[in-house]
Amino acid sequence: MAELTAVVGIGQTKYQSKHLDHSMPSLVRVAAEKALADADCTWADIDAVILGKAPDMFEGVMMPELWLNDAIGGAYKPMLRVHTAGSVGGSTGIVAASMVQSGIHERVLCVAFEKQSESNATWALSISMPFSLASVAGAGGYFAPLVRGYMRRSGAPEDTGIRVAVKDRQNALKNPLAHLQLEDISFDMVANSPMLWDPIRYLETCPSSDGACAMVMESEALASKRSNKVAWIHATEMRSEPTQFSGRDQVMPQATLDNSKALYKKAGITNPRKELDCAEIYVPFSWFEPMWMEGMRIAPINEGWKMTYEGATALDGDFPVNMSGGVLSSNPIGASGLIRFAEAARQVRGIADAHQVDGAKKALGHAYGGGSQYFSTWIVSSEKP
Amino acid sequence: MRDVAVVGFTQSPSLRRETDRNEVEILIPVIQELRAQTGITNDEVDFVCSGSSDYLAGSSFAFISGLDAVGAWPPICESHVEMDGAWALYEAWVKIQMGYADVALVYGFGKPSMGDVPLTMALQLDPYMMMPLWPDAISVAALQARMGLDAGIYSERDMAERAVRDRGNAKSSDVAQVKGDFTVDGILADPYIANPLRKHDCAPISDGASAMIIATADVANRLQDRPAWIRGFEHICEPMDFGVRDLNASRSTEIAAEKAGVRSDKIDVAELSAPFTHQQILIERALGLDDATNINPSGGALAGNPIMAVGLSRIGEAAKRVWDGSADRAVAHATSGPCLQQNLVCLLEGN
Repeated sequence: MAELTAVVGIGQTKYQSKHLDHSMPSLVRVAAEKALADADCTWADIDAVILGKAPDMFEGVMMPELWLNDAIGGAYKPMLRVHTAGSVGGSTGIVAASMVQSGIHERVLCVAFEKQSESNATWALSISMPFSLASVAGAGGYFAPLVRGYMRRSGAPEDTGIRVAVKDRQNALKNPLAHLQLEDISFDMVANSPMLWDPIRYLETCPSSDGACAMVMESEALASKRSNKVAWIHATEMRSEPTQFSGRDQVMPQATLDNSKALYKKAGITNPRKELDCAEIYVPFSWFEPMWMEGMRIAPINEGWKMTYEGATALDGDFPVNMSGGVLSSNPIGASGLIRFAEAARQVRGIADAHQVDGAKKALGHAYGGGSQYFSTWIVSSEKP
Repeated sequence: MRDVAVVGFTQSPSLRRETDRNEVEILIPVIQELRAQTGITNDEVDFVCSGSSDYLAGSSFAFISGLDAVGAWPPICESHVEMDGAWALYEAWVKIQMGYADVALVYGFGKPSMGDVPLTMALQLDPYMMMPLWPDAISVAALQARMGLDAGIYSERDMAERAVRDRGNAKSSDVAQVKGDFTVDGILADPYIANPLRKHDCAPISDGASAMIIATADVANRLQDRPAWIRGFEHICEPMDFGVRDLNASRSTEIAAEKAGVRSDKIDVAELSAPFTHQQILIERALGLDDATNINPSGGALAGNPIMAVGLSRIGEAAKRVWDGSADRAVAHATSGPCLQQNLVCLLEGN
């Protein structure tokens, strides 16, 4: 019943520690204008705008979409603000797509951003609430035990995470928008970087970035008329589960397994490893590449690390993962999910420049958030379903 | 468009201060009551969407705990907006329109008593130019009210009449926070708290939550003799800056009402969530309401104002009037942002 919908425009800012050259409105506007230019549209062509970002305390503005509405061209239009923890960028893309898939709008703009230099993310994530368990660990401290759990279960070699980090940082060197550009990245450099949250080393973690990403999506009727390549949305899916309860498997949450199963069913995919050409996965800490290869059913349970080890996930491997450099190389948190979705769309449109996977026709975009409990994913293709 | 109706609605009492319950504990009985009212179980719900604000809770990701109230196990298809639950309902309605879901559960919640809400709301303003002045929400609304008075759009007596009307209507509500028999002259004898606003011109600050189930025709006709069909659902956002929009009208409400088809026939009941009396007047005008419409039979936002749930509750209160036959056509309104920046209009019909 859903109307076929396509990504026709993508815009991103450069990702960096501090965008001192941009206010918040100009940051989102730059990404939006680039997406409009890519889509060969003007502001007047947009029916509705969707803004996504992670917690408001990251910038210190309550519901900043109200203030930013003008900057993203939302004046006197419908505007929605999405917030689903770290997966929010992906969810923003999914909500935007649904506005067209429902037949309500013909063309929508979505923008996701974070300007983390305005505040302090670890502070914002560590506020102690009355009567609530405070981990006071930040994200790295929260996820390190889950990585340990994965290492024990899978028997993965200790250096798997290092290999992921080297690969993603090498990919980032091909992406001028990526925040971290480490020219002399090497196995030893990552291995010798300080251990932050055992087993996660400094160079196995994501940076804290400023940046924005935007996309224009439109209906089949409009997108079919275009002469350039668009990214057809074959399937979207979301799943959530509670943070903690007795017996919850936080290492391999049921929500990710349910999400991937439902996603592939919708997209008509039975063998994702073969049928997908590449994937852009939310990997804020290196070890989450093998973990989510399994969560996304691309590798068998406890065998995801083999893909990393065998080089399958490298840019020239048989299943490239995080061609853009991934979250490990750029992490404006609220935008990070949408950047993954956008990279999947760039790949199938054949406009990923130096990090293009040759002949990519079908790609997976993935985001997760909270305590490994929110998942949003999509599959895009150069061909209609 | 698929036919979608409101089939279930529950809400907690609006209280100035929930002393013994956190947000999840406020939500749990609301969700349980919704299940009892509709008989809809978790496995029949295809999509869940919620609305809340981290800044009311004073912590990041405050909405995640809401999952514990709905019981997200096995994992659910779920999303969240950092907006009033009325917009969460809109997202859920879109998901039904695209065929992703047939039954959706929506909730909104807020516990503003944990902070100083008028001051917290200053954080919604431009952080570079305005917020450093800490203009509190009541003072900002008072500036708007003064503009309208000076322009002769309404009088202080007109404003007081809205407070008398809504708090009088609220006497029949078991969830309203401020209710009773007030008089216009009595209110006008009160002192200003932010000239020209008196205490009675302001909605109370309320802790609370509400929840709703919407569904396609098969389920709706099974659950309700008179489902409240959503016949128009529109929302529009204006720029925030006060100098670039008309503060003496609600242009966004006018556009949303026009697109929703509100004025095409008589409106029996209207439920409005404007938190100040002068804003009630602006919304009534934008919707084209007159004496033929029973406005705020529940008392509206002036009688109970659970921020982030109050808009969803207006839609629920309007739906109740359709279910019980007292309205064939009802309109509900939600608002967000300073001085009615963003507005949502939902048109419900019994047929």
